[in-house]
Amino acid sequence: MIAEAGLAALWLAAALTALQLALSLGIAGPVGREVRTIRGVSIAQAVMTLTAFGLLILLFLRSDMSVLLVAENSHSQKPWLYKFAGTWGNHEGSMLLWVSVLSVSGAALALLERRLSDQTLSASIGAQAALGLGFFAFLLFASNPFERLDSAPVDGRGLNPLLQDPGLAFHPPTLYLGYVGLSVAFSLAVAGLLRRDVGPDIARAMRPWVLGAWVLLTIGITAGSYWAYYELGWGGWWFWDPVENASLMPWLAATALLHSVNVLAARGGLRAWTMMLALVAFSMSMVGTFLVRSGILTSVHAFAVDPERGAFILALLAIYIGAALTLFALRVAHVKEGAPFEIVSREGGLVANNLLLSVILGVVFVGTLYPLIAEALTGDKLSVGPPYFNAVATPMALTMAALMMIAPQLRWRRDSAAILPRLLPGLLVALAALVISLWLAPQIGLIERSALAIGLGLVPASLLPLIGRSLRRTPLATWGMVIAHLGVALSIIGAASNSAFTVEVLHAAKPGEQVQVGPWLIEFRGVRPAVGPNYTAIEGELRATRGNGVSVLHPQSRYFTSPPTTTNEAGIETFWNGQLYLVLGEEGEGGKWQLRLWWKPFVTLIWLGGAFIALGGLLALLGRWWKGRSNRTDKTPKRRKGYR
Amino acid sequence: MSRALRFAPLIVLLLFVAAVVWRLAVPVDQKVPSRLIGKPLPAFALVAGVPGKPGLKSTDLALGQPRIVNLFASWCVPCAGEAPQLQALKQAGVPIDAIAIRDRSVDIQAFLTRYGDPFDRIGSDPESRVQLALGSAGVPESFVVDGRGVIRYQHIGPIEPDDVPRLIQEMERAQ
Repeated sequence: MIAEAGLAALWLAAALTALQLALSLGIAGPVGREVRTIRGVSIAQAVMTLTAFGLLILLFLRSDMSVLLVAENSHSQKPWLYKFAGTWGNHEGSMLLWVSVLSVSGAALALLERRLSDQTLSASIGAQAALGLGFFAFLLFASNPFERLDSAPVDGRGLNPLLQDPGLAFHPPTLYLGYVGLSVAFSLAVAGLLRRDVGPDIARAMRPWVLGAWVLLTIGITAGSYWAYYELGWGGWWFWDPVENASLMPWLAATALLHSVNVLAARGGLRAWTMMLALVAFSMSMVGTFLVRSGILTSVHAFAVDPERGAFILALLAIYIGAALTLFALRVAHVKEGAPFEIVSREGGLVANNLLLSVILGVVFVGTLYPLIAEALTGDKLSVGPPYFNAVATPMALTMAALMMIAPQLRWRRDSAAILPRLLPGLLVALAALVISLWLAPQIGLIERSALAIGLGLVPASLLPLIGRSLRRTPLATWGMVIAHLGVALSIIGAASNSAFTVEVLHAAKPGEQVQVGPWLIEFRGVRPAVGPNYTAIEGELRATRGNGVSVLHPQSRYFTSPPTTTNEAGIETFWNGQLYLVLGEEGEGGKWQLRLWWKPFVTLIWLGGAFIALGGLLALLGRWWKGRSNRTDKTPKRRKGYR
Repeated sequence: MSRALRFAPLIVLLLFVAAVVWRLAVPVDQKVPSRLIGKPLPAFALVAGVPGKPGLKSTDLALGQPRIVNLFASWCVPCAGEAPQLQALKQAGVPIDAIAIRDRSVDIQAFLTRYGDPFDRIGSDPESRVQLALGSAGVPESFVVDGRGVIRYQHIGPIEPDDVPRLIQEMERAQ
């Protein structure tokens, strides 16, 4: 019964979405009533979609093996958390999650947005409904999550053990919330272009969505990077894998959008450009989802390869993005340009930021798709690996970091040579870092050295906007910017340090043998069997000593029976100045075990920086919300009444 | 904003869609071909995998007749699945040698007793050294080697019933 109820809820939600779209196209009633009706419909639609999703979760929790999706992806013996997370650890469930988020954002837009004119608001709710409708069609016709199975198996096939990690419970939904949060910016841009109503109001309506989506994407990417780092046992934190790029591309677009939407909201400038970025950001979410879901690019991440479904999503993508970009091309000439500014100004800095981010986005996009295009044109199979991305994207990212030392100090509209003294602290620290690194570590490469210098210089430069003002009266948004920029500095320092100073040792050791890894002396004490809830493992014992400090690490090689898979659980120990990362390999000749041992100085700063960046975004969001609330109670009671 | 620039994003989208449609129409061949196709076998000499049957040397594969070399292991489930197809090839007159990967003599013997033994020689490769030298990534895998010891064809994964005619055809081409 539950599965049938879920399917019914899904159909009902789809019907309500169609109604929502029809209403927004202006079929029903005069304008005032329309907005109120459309608001009700979009809320009912979101409730129905959430009901369907909730029922699917229930089916997974109850291990209802008569449902095909549950039987294929779950196992009755699994810990409950993974049954729960298993709901979206598969194609159909993750698409239902996607639609749920889309519906809820549409409802939230309808419920909360107070600044826009009725026409623009209903156009944007309609655009959101149009997006939803395509994905409902996809679920109902191509990926029904509630399909029954003729004869129910007893146990179910289980879930890829690599995915059996608390990370899975939170990583994909976080990214999805981010992806789909950008759909609201997309719908608002479409509405603005349709209604020829592109101005600061649209930007203000867009900003909390962009900020929120961006915070979630940042958290998702940072957590995903750390998850891959400790779970895959390969010791790296970014691989430029197509699936990683799929989440990085919307993030880059959203980062650019976040900065340009501020110019539009505060100064009325960069109108066309901001609309473009809003369209591109969500387009990148869709492209990313498509690339991951269709299996069109080979990736280390194992997802279902299914060309037919891929074709369906591709059709949706082509229709939505194609229509939006056509609209943009036709309407952009009518979009007024905002207030003028000079090159050396806050606006100028933000334009440079936007251009650099866009170029990096282009580089990642081309690199991700180049193998596909090259094979289409020449028939040669090739892969674009980390060397390309590192060589092209790293210098641009560093240029941007260098710009970040300057731009936040600039004033709106124009600035002059008077800014030079404000740049000194950052430059001095960067210069000092350069000299000290040449002296203490002459062996490291140019890129790593510049990254260290720029990253360290960015630390004081990020803090400068706080200097000379009352900290208690500094707006939260400014705090947010400072902390986010500081986060970028930390991440750069962490990545550069990891790349410049990591020590890696590969060694086949007998029990009792000692190996030196950087400052650590590591003794391999032997292996013993270990048992987990649904796996058996071989566990190594390694004793690491440095001075008086002693740590004992237990890396494991785990064996899962359903489905049969072996995974490596690295032994990781965190210290203030870095991480020890030890992996137990296979048993070789003569009782020797393959060991991979890393000492990674300051590697944790990469993710600490990510956390700072997300926190900065969160503070800015809270600040905007707070300000919005106090403004509204101050002076806009008339507007609110109009909506009731 | 100039007209061309306005339409640039749309053009990028169309290019993307075109490339992807092409890919959906021409699905990826996920197999990674060995770089050794068309090249001579690396030199190797493996001890016998089971008692009473000769081991395998690279020179055994350059005796004028094309042969199939099958990489298998007793612990490999798809290897059991392809056993009937190897028998069919054997019955079609195709000479087959084998390399047992990371395996033990007793286990190989048990595997052959259970699933049949179409092999003339079986070399044992306990540490996958020859497998890696052959550019092979997993088991089962089969190579067609011509009479001069040059690799002509590589079949990755289990041999399905549909693959048998293709392999016989490759054997004839290797003559």
